[in-house]
Amino acid sequence: MILDQLQRLGQWGIAFFERLGRAHLLLLQMLSGTFGLLRRPSLLTAQLFNLGVLSVLIITVSGLFVGMVLALQGYYVLADFGAEESLGATVAASLIRELGPVVTGLLFAGRAGSALTAEIGLMKATEQFSGLEMMAVDPVKRILTPRLIAGLISVPLLASMFSAIGVLGGSFIGVGLQGVDEGAFWSHMQSTIDLQKDIYNSLIKSFIFGFACTWIALFQGYDCVPTSEGVSRATTRTVVHSALAVLGLDFMLTAVMYGS
Amino acid sequence: MKAIRFIEIAVGLFMAAGFVAIFFLAMQVSNLSITSSDETFSVTASFENVGGLKVRAPITMAGVRIGRVSNIIADKTTFEAIVTLDIDAGFDQIPDDTFAKIYTAGLLGEQYIGLDPGGSEEYLSEGGFLEMTQSALVLEELISKFMFDKAEDNAFE
Repeated sequence: MILDQLQRLGQWGIAFFERLGRAHLLLLQMLSGTFGLLRRPSLLTAQLFNLGVLSVLIITVSGLFVGMVLALQGYYVLADFGAEESLGATVAASLIRELGPVVTGLLFAGRAGSALTAEIGLMKATEQFSGLEMMAVDPVKRILTPRLIAGLISVPLLASMFSAIGVLGGSFIGVGLQGVDEGAFWSHMQSTIDLQKDIYNSLIKSFIFGFACTWIALFQGYDCVPTSEGVSRATTRTVVHSALAVLGLDFMLTAVMYGS
Repeated sequence: MKAIRFIEIAVGLFMAAGFVAIFFLAMQVSNLSITSSDETFSVTASFENVGGLKVRAPITMAGVRIGRVSNIIADKTTFEAIVTLDIDAGFDQIPDDTFAKIYTAGLLGEQYIGLDPGGSEEYLSEGGFLEMTQSALVLEELISKFMFDKAEDNAFE
């Protein structure tokens, strides 16, 4: 009885570490194709379009509304203390430090990561990878590497757009609707937000989130059971794992960046 | 062929928009626009108590920002706080008997240093020293002073 339980635990552990190992091997394989990608930039452009351009709408609209809601809620709280002037600083700090990278990561996982997994998984299910191998084309370098690099480039740009649009939305609500003084709004923001501490860290954060999301999505697709059910499970896992990874990493990165 | 051209233009626009966003954040939202990289000269002043004054706090004269606090250390022998003030080089005609006070912006706001110019003919320059200073108002001290006064008043009655 108890031995069966132990065996099951052992099986689960071994399977877990095998998956982890395969994920890292896949990552190494993908990264080794980076230089080859320089010779075929058109592959990268196509993926930048798929992952980046097509995500712009959801990212900017979300950023606008998140910024506006932050300004509304922040105004009600700050007005009680007569500190409406800090509204700009509050909105910009929360957007740039946390919400920009995190929400962009979550949306990117939902919008682009799931599509990546489904695409790769279906390619595997229809044995397109074997076809490529038959033609002496390395499927990892040809198919997966451009997607990884495109994700790495897209997410920081998307997160910056999110924060910038959010700040504009916040200023629209704060200055335009609630009547916070425009000069105080911007100057307080400028004296609070530090280029290195806040904006560079925000870019680093979003880069890491983009890396995690794209890697998880590609691995889940590449490693899925090649059936329609397997692809659907892999897609679900991509979204769940990416969301957990983004939130967990965000806590650690925040602790490291703003800890001391 | 047309489709590829469209994709490439769209990607170009996307990258440009991303960089514009980063540029906007750096220039408009962050402190890059107000950190005057131009010349400054530094003078020191010693305060009995700097309260909540922080490095990078603004230095103002007549309410206008003319510099930043660049360093705050405690003096080993006089037990006072030595504050280094970086003042924009343009303000080279500040009298050397200028009074430096630590103010608080609003009730709960940041602390900053306000300079009240004196009447001396000598001007402050690099390495100068402000002798006349006024410490920060520490709220707890004020309250306890007030409480003691009240208590004494009641005792005499």
